Amino acid sequence: MNETWIALKELGENRMAAVGIVIIVFLVFVAFFAPFFSPHDPLEQNLEKRLLASNGEYPFGTDELGRCIFSRVMYGTRISLEIGVVVVGITALIGTILGVISGYYGGIVDEIIMRAVDVVLAFPGIILALVIAGLLGPGLFNVILALAVTHWPAYTRLVRGMTLSVKEKEFVEAARALRASNFYIMRRHILPNCINPVIVLATLGIAHTIIFAAALSFLGLGIQPPTPEWGSMLKAGIPYLRTAPFLTFFPGIMIMITVLAFNFLGDGLRDTLDPRAKEMIMMKK
Amino acid sequence: MTKVKVEVENLKKYFYSGIFRKKVIKAVDGVSFEIKEGKTLGLVGESGCGKTTVGRTILRLIEPTEGKMLFDGEDITSLNGSKLKKLGREMQIIFQNPEASLNPRMKIYDSIAEPLRIHKICNKNEEKEVIFELIETVNLNEELLFRYPHELSGGQIQRVAIARILSLNPKFIVADEPTSMLDVSVQAQILNLLKDLQKKYAISYLFISHDLEVVEWMSDEIAIMRKGKIVEWK
Repeated sequence: MNETWIALKELGENRMAAVGIVIIVFLVFVAFFAPFFSPHDPLEQNLEKRLLASNGEYPFGTDELGRCIFSRVMYGTRISLEIGVVVVGITALIGTILGVISGYYGGIVDEIIMRAVDVVLAFPGIILALVIAGLLGPGLFNVILALAVTHWPAYTRLVRGMTLSVKEKEFVEAARALRASNFYIMRRHILPNCINPVIVLATLGIAHTIIFAAALSFLGLGIQPPTPEWGSMLKAGIPYLRTAPFLTFFPGIMIMITVLAFNFLGDGLRDTLDPRAKEMIMMKK
Repeated sequence: MTKVKVEVENLKKYFYSGIFRKKVIKAVDGVSFEIKEGKTLGLVGESGCGKTTVGRTILRLIEPTEGKMLFDGEDITSLNGSKLKKLGREMQIIFQNPEASLNPRMKIYDSIAEPLRIHKICNKNEEKEVIFELIETVNLNEELLFRYPHELSGGQIQRVAIARILSLNPKFIVADEPTSMLDVSVQAQILNLLKDLQKKYAISYLFISHDLEVVEWMSDEIAIMRKGKIVEWK
């Protein structure tokens, strides 16, 4: 049987991971079909129906401008997932490539890349992202850029460490004795053997990125109103926290559920993909 | 009088370490020998005496600090580029640890096909034939081809490792303790296989081991190393 298939099956047997997958599939479904299932246009204002609690017409109630919170939360899924996937896609790719190069070549190349990593990691992530987003101005692209700049070093460090251990293995030396090119060795031998932890980190990274993006929007430097985004919805709801808590409750709970789902999946993936973690679980049992 | 295949003259490899006080480790310190065509030189010594370093330096996996290496009379000490790549078809290595000598993420078939692909020896159709032939030469079952290394035993992996370098038809093989991590019964099989191949293809071996008995059985000549130097010939 195929190895990937076995891993997937094991993942399905992990209850937490299964819950995570179900929620993520549901969220992706919501994001794709938001236009078909949302009861209202998320931007449509209806000032006569401001701050209504949930009722038949508005399942989650309406916000300060009379917009349907249910529809806005649904559309918000799109942006959050988009940012999460795009940022993680970019950072994992760049971070992994730099990590392999850094670990494989060593020497001055390694030194330069790792010092760049240190520089980025020296700043608290949110502050650096704030500075970049502040300098570039708000907007979807700039949020993605700010998050990408702050998130690639994690992958580089991880992959560099993996590369250092893999490149000492005899099959790499055998490939060198075959006079394979460095590019070939990195692509065929090093990369496939350090990709598993990257998958785990990327899954957890999506959760992290979604929180970061929401935080930037909450602080006014991310996605701008009137675009429905969970972070900016939270912010808009603050003045009404006492009188109409549903304004903040629903986007808040969505952020929580999404992040939890990706964390569950990430933990599950770690248990199935990392043999050492697997052994530790066996020992506990 | 048979031809000299490999010649090593005054080979030295020093490793430098330490930041404040420079420490020099003389892993190989002036080793000279020659190996004739179709013959085996056994290299014995305690662990850490530099025998593995000698093997890897000849293959140019490690750059020597000093000394000269000749293959077929040609100086290979500072060969590079396409000439070095060509040399890869002539000289090969078998490793000690069967668990690490094959990429765990590649099927056995791809591992064996790798040298063929790197050196562009044959096209896709011929490739299959060649691989099945190789598998037969080393007495392996065909169904193993589509498994992963962790599903094979140590002896089987060592056979795969031999098969994959045989596809290049090498004339000189460094066998770096190829049997030290195998069961005794399997050891004998692998050693016999190596001997058979030697007869068939006139391969020269540098056989590295710490097991004197095995070396005596395999080799035409034996050099004993200690602290980077050859201290005794047999």
